[in-house]
Amino acid sequence: MADSSWLTKFPVMERTDLLAIRKTLDEAYREFSRSYGDPIESFFDPLLRFLVWFEKLLLNSPWWAVIIALTVLVYFASRSWKQCLGVIAALMLIGYFGMWDNTMRTLSIITVCTLLSIFIGIPIGITMARSDKVQAVVTPTLDIMQTMPAFVYLIPVVMLLGIGKVPGVIAVVIYAVPPVIRLTNLGIRLVEKEVVEAATAFGANSWQRLWDVQLPLAMPTIMAGINQTIMMALAMVVIASMIGVKGLGQPVLKSITNQYFTLGLFNGLAIVALAIIFDRVSQAYARRAHRHLERIESA
Amino acid sequence: MPDPFIQVEGLYKVFGARPQSVMDQVRGGKSKDNILAETSHAIGLRNINLSIDKGGIFVIMGLSGSGKSTLIRHFNRLIDPTEGRIVIDGVDVLALTQKDLEKFRRHKMSMVFQQFGLMPHKTVIENIAYGLSIQGVNKKSRVEKARHWLEAVELGGYEDQYPIQLSGGQQQRVGLARALCTDADILLMDEPFSALDPLIRSEMQGQLIRLQEKLQKTIIFITHDLDEALLLGSRIAILKDGELIQEGEPKDIMLNPIDDYVAAFVKNVKRANFSAS
Ligand SMILES: Nc1ncnc2c1ncn2[C@@H]1O[C@H](COP(=O)(O)OP(=O)(O)O)[C@@H](O)[C@H]1O
Ligand SMILES: [Mg+2]
Repeated sequence: MADSSWLTKFPVMERTDLLAIRKTLDEAYREFSRSYGDPIESFFDPLLRFLVWFEKLLLNSPWWAVIIALTVLVYFASRSWKQCLGVIAALMLIGYFGMWDNTMRTLSIITVCTLLSIFIGIPIGITMARSDKVQAVVTPTLDIMQTMPAFVYLIPVVMLLGIGKVPGVIAVVIYAVPPVIRLTNLGIRLVEKEVVEAATAFGANSWQRLWDVQLPLAMPTIMAGINQTIMMALAMVVIASMIGVKGLGQPVLKSITNQYFTLGLFNGLAIVALAIIFDRVSQAYARRAHRHLERIESA
Repeated sequence: MPDPFIQVEGLYKVFGARPQSVMDQVRGGKSKDNILAETSHAIGLRNINLSIDKGGIFVIMGLSGSGKSTLIRHFNRLIDPTEGRIVIDGVDVLALTQKDLEKFRRHKMSMVFQQFGLMPHKTVIENIAYGLSIQGVNKKSRVEKARHWLEAVELGGYEDQYPIQLSGGQQQRVGLARALCTDADILLMDEPFSALDPLIRSEMQGQLIRLQEKLQKTIIFITHDLDEALLLGSRIAILKDGELIQEGEPKDIMLNPIDDYVAAFVKNVKRANFSAS
């Protein structure tokens, strides 16, 4: 009767085989990172230099200069004094509660991650919109990327590049880039067919069509994607602090291990404040830039 | 006899994953519905043969789904045929390379769309000048020219408005001005007035007739409305399920409808005229 034991117990792979598979894969990847880790690391050198430079800039500038600079940026994006006042108040509170430096670190890494996600995500989204085949490959990949527990991304990145800022940025970008890609693709595909046909009919080539018609008209959707990406990057920052990304995530992590509720809450609130600032400003910018695409309500 | 200005020969268009695989059945005369049900390929056009002379308004008419939009999009190759030949002013359109096709579209023909197809992020004047900007004409001269056509469609003063701020009729005048602004010989119009209210529609028809008297373009005009076809057309072609079933001068169509489908169009017009008088 020993033969029919598979009926009651799952016919699991031999433990030794399983171990062998894991060992081989891990070994292969370790081998890969041993031989390519250094070139890959030097490839990311410019990124690291920029990150360090930008973080230093934010940290070394006097706090009031940073607040003024940010307020000016917010004003140009939103043209709203209310938003500006909100930003000033939030930053003052953050500073008063002693979270200024960590907030600046997080701000710098989020800015870099967002820019990187845009530079990577928009071209992929465009390619996807132009080819159903590419879309058929990329969509399930994004599905996997978005459902995979974020911690899993940390492992290969750390194996390859160790602990630090760059692996942190890479993990955050991998986690946060899908919305930009998806919504760039969607936005371009949703552009009214006759408008694209009109451009073609007047002799536009595919580059002119993209630049002059599809991207501008997809921009509100793309902006929504960028907005989501920023929110996801902020969420990932806490997790990335496990691999040495400094900023608001680290105190949160410390609070979990030491059960410091208030410390966790304050830093959490600072992340929320950053999220609200990014969200409001990017949305206000999107609305202002595309107001003539919709009927003006008050008219 | 000289070659006609525009000639279409044996044009077929089948929509679907593998159009060639059903061409035998299409040529064999199997019905559109059967082919759709059995192979999930849709017949857009079946064996279209047409000659269009220079000057005048050539009207293509048919019910919704009869293939009108598909046919007109073949002249500037917004749609590529499954089979057939299209020669326009001596140019074999299907043999053009991508670059030459773009050039051809820039200079030889322009198009007006049913839902206007205006660019919502550009102002009226930028929309009208769009064709010229694609041609690489510098800003000053293209705006100057666009302003001329803006006046010609009686929209002076609207240059800096966005399309969304205009009524449907005004938007379509922008569409018309945009098409005229490139000085192309051929004007493709896919149900340009169908989305407009009856009153605005007849105004626009009048405007088109007046402009055409001056410009003498070759216009291919699509409609599902026989009144409009009779008013504008120097010749009328009738499409049914992707096939060209009758073509001739308006009076030929009125006096000798070839079958019940055409007769049904004609009857409606007669009744409308009768009740109006
Ligand atoms: N891209 C497409 N894919 C599949 N079928 C299409 C496509 N475009 C048009 N058709 C089919 O071709 C036929 C003709 O359509 P169309 O030319 O738009 O008709 P009309 O303009 O006369 O209303 C319709 O049966 C339509 O379903
Ligand atoms: Mg149509």
